[in-house]
Amino acid sequence: MKIAIASGKGGTGKTMVTASLSVSWGSRVVAVDLDVEEPNLHLFLKPDITGSRDALMEVPQADESKCNYCRECAEFCEYKAISVLGSVIMIFPEMCHGCGGCLALCPTGALTPTHRKLGDVSWGTSGQNRFLMGRLRVGEAMSPPLIHQVMTALKQPDISAGIADVLLDAPPGVSCPAISAVIDSDYVVLVTEPTPFGVFDLRLAHQAFTTLGKPMGVVVNRAGVGNDEVYGFCSQAGLPILAEIPYDRAIAEAYAAGEVIARISAPMTALFQRLAETIRQAAAPAKEARHA
Amino acid sequence: MHEILIISGKGGTGKTSVTAAFAHICENAVICDLDVDAPDLHLILQPQPRQTTEFISGFEPKVVAEKCTSCGTCEQMCRFDAIKVGDEGAVVDPIRCEGCGVCVYFCPEKAIDFIPKHCGDWSISDTRFGTMAHAQLFPGEENSGKLVALLRTQARELAASEGASLILSDGPPGIGCPVISALSGTNLAVMVTEPTPSGIHDLERVVELCDYFKIPTSVIINKCDLNKTIAGDIRTFCDKKGICVLGELPHDPDFVNAMVQARAITEFSQGSTSQKLREAWQRLLQQAAESKAA
Repeated sequence: MKIAIASGKGGTGKTMVTASLSVSWGSRVVAVDLDVEEPNLHLFLKPDITGSRDALMEVPQADESKCNYCRECAEFCEYKAISVLGSVIMIFPEMCHGCGGCLALCPTGALTPTHRKLGDVSWGTSGQNRFLMGRLRVGEAMSPPLIHQVMTALKQPDISAGIADVLLDAPPGVSCPAISAVIDSDYVVLVTEPTPFGVFDLRLAHQAFTTLGKPMGVVVNRAGVGNDEVYGFCSQAGLPILAEIPYDRAIAEAYAAGEVIARISAPMTALFQRLAETIRQAAAPAKEARHA
Repeated sequence: MHEILIISGKGGTGKTSVTAAFAHICENAVICDLDVDAPDLHLILQPQPRQTTEFISGFEPKVVAEKCTSCGTCEQMCRFDAIKVGDEGAVVDPIRCEGCGVCVYFCPEKAIDFIPKHCGDWSISDTRFGTMAHAQLFPGEENSGKLVALLRTQARELAASEGASLILSDGPPGIGCPVISALSGTNLAVMVTEPTPSGIHDLERVVELCDYFKIPTSVIINKCDLNKTIAGDIRTFCDKKGICVLGELPHDPDFVNAMVQARAITEFSQGSTSQKLREAWQRLLQQAAESKAA
C-alpha cells in the first residue's frame, strides 16, 4: 500500500516522520521524495544512488518554412505558450503544460515535438529499503508533471519489485503539487503542530484530501507547544490522532544534526514502531475498500 | 518604492512570523500574503476586509450528456487521464484536469462546454499595521501563480494610491510556480533559513533561483543555536555569495507564544529576539536602498 505523508503547512516534520517510518516499518519499503521543489529526504536516509534520468516534458517547436501563420495554435493554447504576430511565430516552452493540443491541430504540420527538462528522477537503496526521488530544475515552474514521472518510475522493477509498501514524502501546501503527490495513495498521514498556523493549514489539508476521498490520520509533532485547538479540530472532524511526538529540544537538535529521529533513543524507536503499526492497521481496510 | 519578499525554500523556518514582526516595525507599507495556497499571516494580522473578490481563472470542461456519443476521442487525446468515457458518456475528473481544452477542441460533436472556473477569493483589508492584500486559493485548486500575480498588481496599485513607500510580502515555500510568480518585480528577497541539513540545502536552491532571475538577496538565520556547525556553514555560504546576513535569531518559544495570542513577536515581547528583528529590519532597509541604487 501507498502511504502519503503530507501537511498543509511546511516545516511540521513530514520528512522527519517519513525517514523515521521507513526505518521502523518492519518490512522493506520504497521511500519516495515527492517534494521535488525542495527534496530533503535523501539528507536523512543518505541513499546510495544507483540510477537516474532526466525528466522531460514534450513541448512544441515550429518549422517556420511550413507555418502559414493561421494562428489556430495560438488561439487554442490556454497557457499563452505560442504567439503568432503577423508572419512571426514564437514559442515560450516554459509556459507549456504539455497537453499536445497544438501538435495535433496544426493544419500544416509546422509544429513538431521537442522537450523541456523538468528536472531529474533518481533512485537507489538506503539500508534494506529502496529510495526514489525527483528534483525540480531550478527555474522550472511546474512540479506536478515531475511528480507524475516520479510516480511512474515507482513501477520500475528495479525500484519496487518485491516490496509491498511505499512511503510518499509529499510537498507542503494543498494545491496542485500536494494533490499530485497524494492522489494515488491509499492513506494520508497529516503531520501538524499544535499552533494556530499548524491547525489552520491542517484544516485546509483535511478539506483538500477529503475531496479526494482519502482516509486520513494525524501526527501531532512538537506536542506541548502552542495550544489545544488541534485536538478539538481532530475530534470534531473525526480525524484519529495516530501519534504525538513531544516537543523536545533534543529532538530538534538531533534533526538539525541530520539524524533519523526513530534512532535517537529507545522511546523514539518505540514511538515510531507503534506509529508504523497503527498506520498499517488503519490503511489496510482503507486499501481494501478502495480496490473493492 | 521597494518591493520586499520574504521566502525560505523550506517551509516552517519562520517566514510568516518574521513577516509579521516586520509588518509591525515598518511604517507606510502595504502588506501582502503571497502564500495563497496555505496563507497564515492573516492569523496574526486579523484583517478586516474592505472588499473581497472572486478569483476566476482558467476553465473547466463540462460534458453536455445529450450531445455525447461516447466516441472516446476526448479520452484518447487527454494527456492528463482526466476524462474517461463510460456507459453514461464522458466524465471529467476535475482533480486531474489541467484545463487545457484539448477535449473541448477535438470533440467531434462539440459536446463539451468550457466554463470559467472560480478558484479562490482575494481581499483588500485593513489591519492594525496598514493595508493588506491577501487571498485564499480553494484547497486542491490550480493557478496559484496567477493569483500571486494578481495580488502583486493589487498591492502595487494600493501602494501608489495610498502613497506607501514599501510593499512587504510573505512568500510561499518551494521554488516552483507561485515562488517564481512572487519574485517577479521584487527588489530584495529575504530568505529565512535554519541551521539544519534541510534548511541549508533548500536555501542554496532558492538562492540559485534568485540568481537565475537576478534578484538581490539577503538572509536571516532563525533558530541559529540549533546547530552551530551548520549555522557556520550558512554564514560561509553567504560570505562566498556576497549575501548579507541581516540577523541571527535564537530558537525562541516566544514566536509560538506570540502566535497563540495573534500578536507579532515584537508586539508580544521586548526581549532580545525582538531587538534583533528591529536591527535586522534596519539593515534590510539599507540593503533595499543599496540594491535599488545599484
